[in-house]
Amino acid sequence: MLRCTDLHKSYGSLKAVDGISFEIRAGETYGLLGPNGAGKTTVISIIAGVLEADTGAVALEGLPMGPSALDAKALIGYVPQDVALYPDLTARENLRFFASLYKLDRAEAKARVAEVLDVVGLSERADEQVKKYSGGMKRRLNIAVGLIHRPQLLILDEPTVGVDPQSRNSILDSIEALSSEGMAVLYTTHYMEEAERLCDRVGIVDLGHMIAEGPPRALTAELGQAEHIMLEAEGDLTRVVAAVDALPLVGRTTRDEGVVDVLVTDAESALPAVMQAAMGAGASIRSVTVQEPDLEVVFLHLTGKRLRD
Amino acid sequence: MTDVSAAFLIALKDLRMRVRDRSAIMLAIVVPLGLAAIFSLIFGPAATPSPFAYAVADQDHSAISRSFRTDVLTSLEDDGIATVRGMDAADARAAVRDGDLDAAFIFPAGFATSVESQAPAQIDVVGSVDAATATDVARSVATSYTEGLNAVRVAVAAVAHGSDTPSPSPDQLREIADQTVAAVSPVRIRDISAQAHVLDTKTFFAAGMAVFFLMFTVQFGVSSLIEERSEGTLSRLLAAPVRRTAILVGKLLTSIALGVISLTVLVVATSLLLGATWGNPLGVALLIVAGVLAATGITSVVASFAKTPEQAGSWQAVVAVTLGLLGGAFFPIQQTGSVMATLSLVTPHAWFFRGLGSLAGGGAVLNVLPAVAALLVIAALTGALAWRRIARVVAP
Repeated sequence: MLRCTDLHKSYGSLKAVDGISFEIRAGETYGLLGPNGAGKTTVISIIAGVLEADTGAVALEGLPMGPSALDAKALIGYVPQDVALYPDLTARENLRFFASLYKLDRAEAKARVAEVLDVVGLSERADEQVKKYSGGMKRRLNIAVGLIHRPQLLILDEPTVGVDPQSRNSILDSIEALSSEGMAVLYTTHYMEEAERLCDRVGIVDLGHMIAEGPPRALTAELGQAEHIMLEAEGDLTRVVAAVDALPLVGRTTRDEGVVDVLVTDAESALPAVMQAAMGAGASIRSVTVQEPDLEVVFLHLTGKRLRD
Repeated sequence: MTDVSAAFLIALKDLRMRVRDRSAIMLAIVVPLGLAAIFSLIFGPAATPSPFAYAVADQDHSAISRSFRTDVLTSLEDDGIATVRGMDAADARAAVRDGDLDAAFIFPAGFATSVESQAPAQIDVVGSVDAATATDVARSVATSYTEGLNAVRVAVAAVAHGSDTPSPSPDQLREIADQTVAAVSPVRIRDISAQAHVLDTKTFFAAGMAVFFLMFTVQFGVSSLIEERSEGTLSRLLAAPVRRTAILVGKLLTSIALGVISLTVLVVATSLLLGATWGNPLGVALLIVAGVLAATGITSVVASFAKTPEQAGSWQAVVAVTLGLLGGAFFPIQQTGSVMATLSLVTPHAWFFRGLGSLAGGGAVLNVLPAVAALLVIAALTGALAWRRIARVVAP
């Protein structure tokens, strides 16, 4: 359905996207994971035809995509990261406006507007001006606009940023429902739990590069039976990292502000030695958390950084 | 979807938003109408010109010079346009110099003889530097009268040299001339107003406020492009199957539609409510369209340099006020005859007033064409520059 080949995009000397390639199959939900500034938004802006790649190609159902590729654009539903709505118009008017841009005739638009309002749970308040909506309602309407023309590929750029837990669940439920109906979804986020819940496959992006790709379980499995010990501590954490990293049971140790991350094969047997080494290095330990391997750990393992950096 | 229909969709959406947030209605209609009414009430009586103070110095004492005093100037007095006194030439010049008179007509001795003998003849008009309009009107009156005399002179000459009639005696010729002079139509105030391009107070303030606020009204269209960029909706438009030029055209259409609606409503409302007299409707319509295009071009250029909607709004306000002051939206700078009057011609406001002036007193549509052409030139120059610059906002 979607094929991106060797995409490059620079802003002056900054390489925002540096050789990214991936494919999305029909009906698949694909997650593009990475910290802020990794290049995710630039990639999806290129895919949506908002930006033009310096080099590389995007093809959607065999149609080349670009800023002037109107036929290919008609196949995509684009939900930008910011709420992109007209606050002085009602939800229904916003949807009708975009329905007309996507060439839906009057009757079709009327029916489709009612459908998508129902999907995002806003039918009751469809005729209120958007400026009176809560943040979560705006986010849901933001997604509804992307769905108005029944796109074959829905692109969602961090749709849950700044959303309350209830609205977030509602958004994730909607996306799961759409995916189950056979719509391909490209989803960017830096929330690993969202990616794990929604995505059939993920691509992990950092500094404009694709550093890993595959189903979430396959990526975490690559770490073996690794577990993750997080020590929240005070003191000279550089010394603590060096002391813990020297232990034979420890695979890798990193620090992030007041937290020391320790990758181990068996947390239960390694924990006493890790604690002892940390305290021996002068750390005052405030809390200890043991975590199962997940995409966060995968990213940390691959880059030495947390996804939410 | 064609580019045209996409542009219309975008313009309709913008218009609906502007109507709904009421800011456009306030700036485009309510505020200018209110200010025009207030200014007319405050300055109307004071700004209604007191009669021009004229004098006639008749050194010729002929039937022709007496006819000018009794027929032409009396009609101005009857219409309340001027008061006229008789005095000798030296006193008249001194009174004008001292500001006691606005202008003086001086008939030199031998004026009638010159007319009758086919020699050059002229009425001297001495005007006060502080009374440019009164002097213009005086010159117009004198010019109209001498043109009438020239016509008489040609007619008399034709009679005198007719091949089938015996040559009339000098007394007969004088009689013919006197009779014909008496038949010359007195100069009417309508003719004078048209030549002097003077708007009455109510029309002036109505036009001034309309054209001043036009610069604010048309900014909504192109500025909304900057607004869409900062609020994120532009990326959604760019992702839609719509050409980028259609987005730009939609924004320009919004500006033009807002401007035309605003000026049209103001013309009708000030005519009905304030008694403004705008002149020939077709001529006014041409001025409105050309004026709106020029204003759209200028505000688009300004907006194209802005990075945020707030910046665009501030800069456009500065430009609107500066052009309004320079263009004579608050006082009739064009009638001062000063350097500022010449400078004002770089503004669309001045050409708008000039166009309206040419329609004042029943001027024909053709009279407005030079002002319309000037406005279109401003629109073309600024529009071309604006297009080049704002195209960057939607560049991929």
